Amino acid sequence: MDFNDTPEEAEFRAEARAWLAANAEPKAPGKVYKYRRGEPELIPAAREWERKKFEGGFSGIALPKEYGGRGGTRLQQIIFAEEETNYLIPPPIFSISHGMAVPTMLTYATEEQKQRFVPATLRGDEIWCQLFSEPAGGSDLAGLRTRSVREGDEWVINGQKIWTSGAHYADMAILVTRSDPDAPKHKGLTYFFLDMKSPGIEIRPIKQVSGFSNFNEVFMTDLRIPDSQRLGDVGQGWQVAITTLMNERVSSGVRPAPDFEDIFQLTKDLELEDGPAIADTAVREKLADWYIKAQGVKLIRARLVTALSRGERPGPENSISKLVSSFRRQEIAHFGMDLMDMAGGMMDPDKMPSRALYQQALLDAPGGRIAAGSDEILRNIISERVLGLPPDIRVDKELPFNQLPTGSE
Amino acid sequence: MNFDFSEEQYLLRDQARKFLDDRSTPAVVRAVLEDDEKPYDAELWQEMAELGWIGAIVPEEYGGAGMTGEDLCVIAEELGRSLAPTPFSSSVYMATEALLLAGSDAQKGDHLPAMAAGERIGCFAVSEGVGVANADSIKMRASDGAVDGTKIPVADGDIADFAVVLARAGSDLSLYLVDLTGEGVSRKSVETVDPSRSHAEITFEKAAAEPLGAAGEGWEITQAVFDRAAILMAFEQVGGAQACLDMATEYAKNRFAFGRPIGSFQAIKHKLANIYIDVELARANAYYGAWALAADAPDLSTAAAAARVAASEAYNHAARENIQTHGGMGFTWEFDCHLYYRRAKLLSLALGGERRWKDRLISQLETRNFTGEE
Repeated sequence: MDFNDTPEEAEFRAEARAWLAANAEPKAPGKVYKYRRGEPELIPAAREWERKKFEGGFSGIALPKEYGGRGGTRLQQIIFAEEETNYLIPPPIFSISHGMAVPTMLTYATEEQKQRFVPATLRGDEIWCQLFSEPAGGSDLAGLRTRSVREGDEWVINGQKIWTSGAHYADMAILVTRSDPDAPKHKGLTYFFLDMKSPGIEIRPIKQVSGFSNFNEVFMTDLRIPDSQRLGDVGQGWQVAITTLMNERVSSGVRPAPDFEDIFQLTKDLELEDGPAIADTAVREKLADWYIKAQGVKLIRARLVTALSRGERPGPENSISKLVSSFRRQEIAHFGMDLMDMAGGMMDPDKMPSRALYQQALLDAPGGRIAAGSDEILRNIISERVLGLPPDIRVDKELPFNQLPTGSE
Repeated sequence: MNFDFSEEQYLLRDQARKFLDDRSTPAVVRAVLEDDEKPYDAELWQEMAELGWIGAIVPEEYGGAGMTGEDLCVIAEELGRSLAPTPFSSSVYMATEALLLAGSDAQKGDHLPAMAAGERIGCFAVSEGVGVANADSIKMRASDGAVDGTKIPVADGDIADFAVVLARAGSDLSLYLVDLTGEGVSRKSVETVDPSRSHAEITFEKAAAEPLGAAGEGWEITQAVFDRAAILMAFEQVGGAQACLDMATEYAKNRFAFGRPIGSFQAIKHKLANIYIDVELARANAYYGAWALAADAPDLSTAAAAARVAASEAYNHAARENIQTHGGMGFTWEFDCHLYYRRAKLLSLALGGERRWKDRLISQLETRNFTGEE
């Protein structure tokens, strides 16, 4: 065993480092930076950074050169992402564009469409959002109801999507609709891509527990999409959606904050009744539990990188990491605040340790356990795909969609 | 990045698994568990010696196989998976490691060749009864080349030929080699929650003792042995935990209730997914320990504590929930679930309990300016 790059990996890492050093500002060691999502005022800078990477040959690293990519490997993509975390860069608003829209377009779009949209996306000109989840179809994605009805060479779309990250600044979207309510739920779906400036789209931001609005409700009223923007066959939308979801990006290794290092430092800094918090046995037990989890996730990722390096397909590593990390973040936020005692609830960054990181995380953490596969769905995935346990008995699989119980009648 | 075992090591694992599937069956484990007169499976032990496992990390000049610590980890995982009822951990992880770390050339020459051949068994005697055994608490006395006092429990103390004994001479805490077949040594078996592994109470009365390592360094050497043993034992624990997960998964697929396999209920699926996650976290920490062991890395102690804490939690969790998944049948003597349940708890106490190792983990992290990177 070793933790070294191969000569080829080391060469690529050196190239990435040199390029980043010349084009971005390094983070100061030990400094806590504000956690930023895709806030609209940051979009121009994010586009500009993407364009720089594109011109430098570091956008779409694992994608074919003919569509503007580098023609490299997923491992190189991971190495670049690792190095990128050491720099002050705009928030990662292109993950849906690169990780979901582009692979789906490359699999299902026409050659002309690929040439039109893929390089433009890698260059930062097109930001994509994903119109999948609905009020009645979140974890149960195939329960979605947004209707698509064909009229000549066009489709007319009516319905509502929800939890759409970045809809308020996206240029383009991928969309799953129900084209045949008489077919069983997985068989009546059809998939499209569209311009978010099309008439008939209304976007309403959703205010989250944290007070931020990172995602939206999207209402579609008589929205018209040309049939040429259909991806996959009519009724094959589920298969296309699976392609999209299979391409969820390999995590960049960005750690959730606060994590072990943060709470470890906090327990050194905070005084309890008998000295620093870290001297307290109950505190030490918790720290130990979080360390083995944080370290475990880091090492599981090292095994993933090893598999990629050998040309093997990644396993369930991301599901484990996401489950363990999002739960740990919530626990650490709670515990850190508890140590701050009566003042633990205050949000003023100037008065609070780590600029109120724990308090912000408390309010943001519930979302982490729900978005991109809830804890429960991820446990289903692990138990079915890894352990081979039988799927839940499905009462909704063969019935026509419009005869399914909905609980609202 | 190559954070995985090599192809040769996977071959070794396959060979070990095949051998143990055949030779360390539940019937073999039960024979030791149920027979008070049979403290270990002597035939299995001899065959393991012939395979070169017992002398795995003994250098070739002392009759060993000269394998690496990583290789031994691979074997340990399979021993844990099969619950092999032998004194492997005492003689190999503890006594052999102690001789390799602190023994003189003469001591190594005296003991290691016979140990590697499986003809001599060593054990490591620290605990003196209920409570934490540490540098302050040890009462055993050493003077004039002899030791006096009682050690309890000593894993494999009833079958070992010699013991490495932690004792106090004046203010010095030191290690001693004591011939357990010599005069002044009386021993009797003590029952533990896992009778498939033998334990003893050993009383020493002016028993001849030979210093092992420098005087006054007994606790430091013990810690070093414990660190290395913690990593090897973590692999046994991961192997055992994986076996529990495999058993529970298999049962959940085939046991029907309410007209469907119980493994189709989310209450069971999520339980098993949680075990899987714990096992994978423990495995990752154990692998890092294997690397640290082979590389003799500066953060070996941190790696050892993390591997031990993660593995102890994973195995106890898996063993507990394996019984739960089996329902009433899991609580019967007839089903094998309890064999793992017993072993899981015993292994998590063998080098000191989880509380102690969690504390040690944080103490290790406090000694470095922790930035999240090594």
